[in-house]
Order: sequence, then C-alpha cells, then structure tokens
Amino acid sequence: MTALLETHGLVKHFRGVQAVDGVDLTIPAGCCFGLLGPNGAGKTTTVEMLEGIQEPSSGEIRYRDKPLGPRFRQDIGIMFQSTALQDHITGRENLQMFGRFYPRTLPIAELAETCALDEFLDRDARKLSGGQRQRLLLAIALVNDPELLFLDEPTTGLDPQARRNFWELIHRIKTQGKTVVLTTHYMEEAYHLCDEVAIMDHGRIIAQGSPRELLAAHFDDVVLQLPLADFPNPTPLDAHTIIQGHDTVEILTCDVNSAIQTLMARNISLARLQIRPRTLEDLFLELTGRELRS
Amino acid sequence: MNWRRFWAVFICRNREFLRDRSTLTWNLLFPVSLIVGFAFAFSGSGPDLYKVGVIGDASARSDSTFFATRYIQFIPVVDPVAALTKVERHQLDMLVDPIGQRYWINEEAPAGYVLERLLRGADVADSPFNKQTVTGRAIRHVDWVMPGILAMNMMFSCLFGVGYVIVRYRKNGMLKRLKATPLTPLEFLLAQVTSRLWLTLTTTVGVFAGTNHFIGFPMHGSYLDLFLVCVIGAISLISLGLIVAARTTSEELAAGLLNFLSWPMTFLSGVWFSLEGVHPFLQQCAQLAPLTHIISAARAIMLDGAGLGDVSGQLLTLTAMSLGFMAVGAWLFRWE
Repeated sequence: MTALLETHGLVKHFRGVQAVDGVDLTIPAGCCFGLLGPNGAGKTTTVEMLEGIQEPSSGEIRYRDKPLGPRFRQDIGIMFQSTALQDHITGRENLQMFGRFYPRTLPIAELAETCALDEFLDRDARKLSGGQRQRLLLAIALVNDPELLFLDEPTTGLDPQARRNFWELIHRIKTQGKTVVLTTHYMEEAYHLCDEVAIMDHGRIIAQGSPRELLAAHFDDVVLQLPLADFPNPTPLDAHTIIQGHDTVEILTCDVNSAIQTLMARNISLARLQIRPRTLEDLFLELTGRELRS
Repeated sequence: MNWRRFWAVFICRNREFLRDRSTLTWNLLFPVSLIVGFAFAFSGSGPDLYKVGVIGDASARSDSTFFATRYIQFIPVVDPVAALTKVERHQLDMLVDPIGQRYWINEEAPAGYVLERLLRGADVADSPFNKQTVTGRAIRHVDWVMPGILAMNMMFSCLFGVGYVIVRYRKNGMLKRLKATPLTPLEFLLAQVTSRLWLTLTTTVGVFAGTNHFIGFPMHGSYLDLFLVCVIGAISLISLGLIVAARTTSEELAAGLLNFLSWPMTFLSGVWFSLEGVHPFLQQCAQLAPLTHIISAARAIMLDGAGLGDVSGQLLTLTAMSLGFMAVGAWLFRWE
C-alpha cells in the first residue's frame, strides 16, 4: 500500500523535556493505524504534530509525499478526546458551521445516517449524552469527507454498549476506504479496529506492526488463569512462568498439557481454569512495564 | 479572507448569545435599572458633595463664611464662560464671582438650591450676593449621567463579551478544534468582533430608545452622529478585549484582567461624576481610556448639540486606539 502519511526523525522538545524523540512512522492509505502508549509516552504530542496542530522541533512530516501544506487541513478530519461545542447550538447547526469551513462537504442527512444522529440532530449540544456527543463529534470530523481521519481516544468515558456502537461506526468508515489514525488506551479497541499499531514509550516507537504480527513475534505461549483462591500459594511450576495478580494467578506456558498435568498432580482444582491466548494488553504491559505511571 | 467561513462563525456566535436568555436579559436589564434608578434617586435630593467654581484668584475670595463650609469643593475658574456651561451641565453645582458678588446656579439642580441657601444664609434678602440665573439649556442630573451609563454598559458588554468568551473557547478546547480547520485567525477574530459589535449596538439602541420613551432625554445633536460615536467606541472597546483574550488560558485571570481595565475606566471616565477638581494626573490617565472619549463625545452631541467636527478629536482618538488595540491583539493571538 502507498504511504499516505510519513514521518522521519520527528522530535519535539518542551522546555527541556524531550516529549517525542525521533519518531519514524509510515501510515499506508486506507489503513486504520493505532498509536498506543502509556500516559506521558508522547503519543498525543506525536498525533498533534501529525494533525498540524503543533510544529515539530525537528524532523519531517510528509502527506502524499509532500510536506504538509494548506490543502492538508481540507483533507483531514479530527476528533479530539475533549472538544467543547458552542453552547445553545444544535447538532445540525454545528455541522452547518463546520461544513462552511470547507469547499467540499457531505450532506447533513448522509452524516446523520452514517453516525446515527437523527434522533438528536436538532437538540442543543449541551443536552447530549456521552455517546451521542461522541457521535456528533465524529460527524463533525467527517463533515468535509476527509481522506485522513484522526481519532484521539474517541471512546474514553463511554459505557461498553456505547463503545461497541462507536466501533461499528468506525468499521463503517473504514469500509469507505478512509485512512484512520487512532489513539486509544483500550487494547481491545486497538485489536478490533487497527490494521497496524505502533506502541510508544518515552517518546520513541518501541514496536510496530499488525496486532497479529506483533503478538506472534513476541509470544509463543498462552495464559492459564486460575482464581488465587484455587491456587493460594503459587510456587514455581516446572518451566512455566507464574504471575500472581490481586485475585488471580496466571501461568504462562507453551505446553498446556504439561502445565495442566502439573497442576493436577498438586491437587489444584481446575474447575474455574480459563485458557486464553496472549492479547495486545499483555504485549503492551510487557513492553512498557507494569509500574504505575502518572 | 474567506467570507463564508467568517459568516459561519458570526452566525453561530450570534445564536449562542441570543439564545442565552439569562445573559441577554442581564445585558438589557442592567443599564435600564441603573438609568431608572438614577432618574428616581435624583428627582428629590442631590449628591452629598458639592462643587463650586470660584472666578478669579482664590485669595481674593469674599470674607463670607460660605467659603469655609466643609464638604464643598471650591474650584478656581479661569474661563467663566466655560464654567457657566458646566453649571448648565451639572458638572459644577454653582459658580461664584466673589469680587463682583454674583453667583450662578442651575435652577433645575437640587444642589444649586442648597448651595444658594448656604451662600445667602436663611435670610436671602440680607445677603450681599446678587442672584444671576443661568439662561442656557438646563438639564436634569439623569440627562448628564445617562450617556455615561450606556457607554459603561457598552464597555462591559464589549470587554467581557469578547475577552471572556474567547478565553472560555480556548480553555474548553473549542479554539483547538477550530485551529484544525481551514478557518484563519483573522476570520475567527473578525467574526467575534463583528458579532459583538452588532449585538452591543442593538442592545444599546434598544435600551436608549426604551428609557428615552419613559424618561425623555435631551438630544441637541444628531442621532446619526451619536450612533457613529457608539460604533467607533464599541470597536475600540472590543479591540481592547481582544488583547486580554489573545493568549490568556484561564477564565479567572481573564476576569481579573478585564476587571482591572473596566473598573478604573468606570470611575475615571466621568460616568458618575465630572472630573473637574480631580487631580491632574488622574485627569491625564483618564485620557488613556476609550470610555472617556466615548462619554465626552456622546455628551457633547446630546447636551451641547455638537456635530462630528466638534467631536472629531474624540473620534480620531478612538479610531487610533481601535487600530492600535486590534493590531496588538491580532499579533498576540494564539489559538491555544
């Protein structure tokens, strides 16, 4: 696939703090690209530079193999994590206002259908629920029919149902061939939506690839999970790695049969045993550590 | 400059203001209640502090004990003709000529009556002073105060309506979102200025017309000239608000800065009392405030029948201030 957006040696300093430290990214056209990282990893600064909101201290960003120019803002749509809308203005009026900023726009009826806005399109934006508000902000981001869509933690604060609904919307947008750059704290979200992810920490990209490729490259084991009550004093289990959590014990193993036999030999109940494959969250924690971050 | 984008922001800002019923009501009720309150308050009794102009050298005052009366400010007068106009306009409560043993008061002014009684004593007939009557157009105190109140209301509306609102947009992320669109700072700022300008002018004209209907203010000049003063004055005040809004990210700081600008203007620009007798340094400071020039031009048009040529000094000053403030505000402006 052709690269729609590329960065080379992207750096950003803030008063002596190196927020982004030489980031190289290639975002192919039509791809949903996820940028993941713990708080303070530099992902928001990176995305804001990609969006043209912040100027890099050094490095280069190229869109369609050219430096970002005035046309870039006409080609992109942005949904920030927290954007206030003007008070006393309805969803329709917001779409009309943002629509007038661009030479080419989608009809409001089409946006309303894509983002399921019909039931609250003429309601004051202050009176929308969290999910409705995010859908309206997504519609605003789509008002100019952008080729490149930036979604910054779009489902933060939504309940599971609203989050699933939002994923459906993003799937629908992906099928229209748009390129999506997504930042999220939800690894499940990244796994479901992204064709490719990059994990950032300390201002650098520490892993990049498709979720499946990354998991295959880093893990060849599975996780056996038991309640701590069933395995109260977990002691080393032959060649298997044991991780004790708050109320669970996880056994990482490449040989499930051997692990189960060992557990049975110790008379540990397997009634509540769960076996799961490694997830993006496991990879995230393995690469970025488990210590508490601010 | 893309007028379509400008229009989009302009329309939305107008809707936001007009649909905010509480703010709209406050913008209308505040000046009306002040003017009506003043009309009522000064229909019976006068202010506590009197200002008396004294013609000639202060040392040549008459031996009358009147000149030793406390709570009266005696102001030396060099130009008796100008001082007479000030008596007509309630800027001076009385003018006294101690050598010629004459005095002038405004027959409409309660303060003039009280001072006359003080000057002549209870037995008016025994007094060596001869009463002279001001023959110019006598005005009520409310007529003198009203242009100041309307201008002050315009000032609060312009400063807070632009300064505070833009800071709020910046704080809640609205400006950041707009920055990510093709909208330029010039288009955004011009839309904010234009929206606030017409909203302020509309409410000011509405308040003027409404209070004028019930109270009846003198208008010796042209309404069109007065409107032009309001337009240029409002632009200068909005531009001043833009400077505050240019980079401030905290609503609390913005409110502090706006109060820092508005309250000294309220007291030093002659809204409530004449600057006669105020320390010359403060009088010079007052010239730096747009409100001073708006009020003096408005009073000159309404009360003295001044034309545009007569108030050209104020209009030029306000225009220069507008251009200067706008240039600084645009230069300082940051979306975030």
